[in-house]
Amino acid sequence: MNRYPLWKNLLVLFALALGFIYTLPNFYGEAPAVQVLPLRSNLKADAALLARVEEALKSAQLAPDAMSLDATSVKARFNDTDTQIKAKDVLQARLGEDYMVALNLLARSPRWLSSMGALPMYLGLDLRGGVHFLLQIDMKGAMDKALESSSSDIRSTLREANVPYSGVSRDASVITTKFRDAAARSKGEAELKQRFGGLEFNTKDEGGEFLLLATLRQQEQIRIQESAVQQNLVTLRNRVNELGVAEPVIQQQGADRIVVQLPGVQDTARAKDILGRTATLEVRMVDDEHQLGMGAVAPFGTEMFKDRDGTILLVKKAVILTGDRINDAQPGFDSRDNEPAVHINLDAVGARKFKEATRENVGKRMAIILFEKGRGEVVTAPVIREEIGGGRVQISGKMNTEEANDTALLLRAGALAAPMEIVEERTVGPSLGADNIARGFHSTWIGFAAIAIFMIFYYLMFGGVSVLALGANLLLLVALLSMLQATLTLPGMAGIALTLGMAIDSNVLINERIREELRNGVPPQTAIHEGYTHAFATILDSNITALIVGIALFMFGSGPVKGFAVVLCLGILTSIFSAVLVSRLLVNLIYGSKARLNKIAIG
Amino acid sequence: MEFFRIKKDIPFMSYGKFTTSVSLVTFLLAVVFLATKGLNFGVDFTGGTVMEVHYAQSADLDKVRVQLGNIDLKDALVQNFGSSKDVLIQIPLKQNKAGAKLSELVLDSLHQQDASVELRRVEFVGPQVGKDLVENGAMALLLVSLGIVGYLWMRFEWKFGLAAIIANLHDVVIILGFFAFFQWEFSLSVLAAVLAVLGYSVNESVVVFDRIRENFRKMRKTEVAGIIDNAITRTMSRTIITHACTQMMVTSMLFLGGETLHYFALALTIGILFSIYSSVLVASPLLLMFGVSREDFIKPEKVEAEEVLP
Repeated sequence: MNRYPLWKNLLVLFALALGFIYTLPNFYGEAPAVQVLPLRSNLKADAALLARVEEALKSAQLAPDAMSLDATSVKARFNDTDTQIKAKDVLQARLGEDYMVALNLLARSPRWLSSMGALPMYLGLDLRGGVHFLLQIDMKGAMDKALESSSSDIRSTLREANVPYSGVSRDASVITTKFRDAAARSKGEAELKQRFGGLEFNTKDEGGEFLLLATLRQQEQIRIQESAVQQNLVTLRNRVNELGVAEPVIQQQGADRIVVQLPGVQDTARAKDILGRTATLEVRMVDDEHQLGMGAVAPFGTEMFKDRDGTILLVKKAVILTGDRINDAQPGFDSRDNEPAVHINLDAVGARKFKEATRENVGKRMAIILFEKGRGEVVTAPVIREEIGGGRVQISGKMNTEEANDTALLLRAGALAAPMEIVEERTVGPSLGADNIARGFHSTWIGFAAIAIFMIFYYLMFGGVSVLALGANLLLLVALLSMLQATLTLPGMAGIALTLGMAIDSNVLINERIREELRNGVPPQTAIHEGYTHAFATILDSNITALIVGIALFMFGSGPVKGFAVVLCLGILTSIFSAVLVSRLLVNLIYGSKARLNKIAIG
Repeated sequence: MEFFRIKKDIPFMSYGKFTTSVSLVTFLLAVVFLATKGLNFGVDFTGGTVMEVHYAQSADLDKVRVQLGNIDLKDALVQNFGSSKDVLIQIPLKQNKAGAKLSELVLDSLHQQDASVELRRVEFVGPQVGKDLVENGAMALLLVSLGIVGYLWMRFEWKFGLAAIIANLHDVVIILGFFAFFQWEFSLSVLAAVLAVLGYSVNESVVVFDRIRENFRKMRKTEVAGIIDNAITRTMSRTIITHACTQMMVTSMLFLGGETLHYFALALTIGILFSIYSSVLVASPLLLMFGVSREDFIKPEKVEAEEVLP
């Protein structure tokens, strides 16, 4: 009666073994490390880079504990933080600006463990120290800007089409154009409708004036919002790269917010400065007349800039256009040959300047340069094929879809940056993080020990079995958290402690039930069997209600609460497994084989 | 060893009127405190800036206050946090100050006064974020309540779902009442603890309900009150042992978990104590009041019997 079939025994053993392996990396701890990432698309993390890093460290007489190469970076692990920081400086000086050298933590676990994907738990910012920012994008500002540029375009369109109008004005969400008569209005409306797909036009007569009201269409508003978020995400990613942070998190949260998490960053002032600065865009002509030798000085009236691939370009100092003349930049396809292309939309003034510049420079190259903090980078440098009027520019050729996307995003980053504001900041110093880990760890162990002593004292052998099952629960929970790489926060650690405290409930239910059966005069073997069977329905019911709570917390919780919810949900699953299967397996091993069992040690 | 060898069922239901009125009074008191004193919402909900700084030696709070006054932050709340070397500074939200920059301003200023000051933690929450957190918290509470009623309705009967949720929301209100009375800080992690208590205390009611259902099937001749008394008496041992174990863990967090977990553990402690009380002495009398009867459970058995007959 109290024997498991072989497959069930094996299943439980297999789960425990797996749990043990995935928990193991947590015991080795983490060591300071330096991570080298190439920043340009033509540079790769390969064996050559590994050799360069190795060589650079050797010449500085720094000996790494271990070095590794993965898809995106080269990592070197060190014994202590001092060597790590020295190594960072040496590498940054040797490799230059094309590489990002970031401080990181790497697991000390042996290679065979890492190769199985067994990693230590991913610690949240409150445990490892770092900064968390929540940035809010000013959507109203973005809409305002879109309306403002539309209203100036309406003026120039009407002027070009020779439609008489008496004025264009704009309030919060409506652009009002005044006409002198209905005929001019209908002509103007037809003209504008054709040109502005994103606007909705309505006519209205008021006090003898013929008005044409334009508002942004719903889908246009959504498009503006989405592109504002996307553009800010890209800009933030570029800027975070510069901070040299390993494993940053940059994510959209909700419709108009972005979360930025920078583990290990202490200098929050600098982080805020870099995240919050604005980018500008300039359009200038490329100087192809002068040849550039190695280490040459730029000739008078020109400047040198690198492009995204690191090639140096000589660019004239005279600025044709600045970014605020660009209304929009979108990736798309060339209408003639279906090649990927970037479509740029200029405002009226920009269009006129652009027309002049392209007329005079057919066959030459034009560079679009993105400036951030005084440092410029050439986004793209296309050849001018013909005079371009009307403010609609298309850049195409030698691009794939991804590059077209990137270029469009970078152009927008320098053009209509929707302003962002920090609405939440959480900074945790490294010493507090370490304290938090120690506190969470201690309180869990002391609590666990207290429960263990009590349970063994109260239920004797069955108490011991319950404690082992609870230990298995802890093992599986930690393994699961390591496996999923879910972020462990301090509330998460509290969640581990709490689930352990609650998980013992299942075993208490079982043990009490067995005692009750014994009291009713049922023989021990039957009592064990009945106890487990009867208790199971109750265990399931009570755990499902707890799971409902966990899921709701996960859905609506933010930050620390979410971490707690994840642990709660996982802990419920592991506790059902260990309280029912693991403890039963142990009881079966102890009592199951005895044919004549007169007494069991349950207190 | 056994603590609870109870021979005769304890007539809990005959105390029903008394216990429910005690709960009602506690509940009303909690509501009164909530209404008059209100919750002391933490920075998570109100918005503002909280900074924790560490000094090499014992910090002179008055000097810190004066220094903050110099940079026009007279309304900052300065207090020790955990030890005499740690200082907690709370600055309410202001319209005219650039929120996120404030922490740097403060740290710079403190640094001028004492170079040993070290930043441990900064939390800045803008007004909109705080509002969202309140809304999400309320949403979570609503969803949890509905989920639990729904599940218990499905698994037992609507009377059980309703009785359980009333008893458990009563626990939640009492925890909140404690936080209002003592003006303990109500933060996001306390909210998490309150919701966890909701799950935990439902757990408690479910165990008793399970027994009641079982008894309805087994004890055909007994009165409804007797059935409930028997169910409570027989699960009592488990109730006490389980809660004692959970409380051991929570106590350990309360004293060893540091300041951050202190109020979290405190909310859990109150929740655990009241959930024992409410599941036994509130949920069950309510069940009786709603008129739970054998017929609620016997119906499905009749169907089974008919199927077997031919």
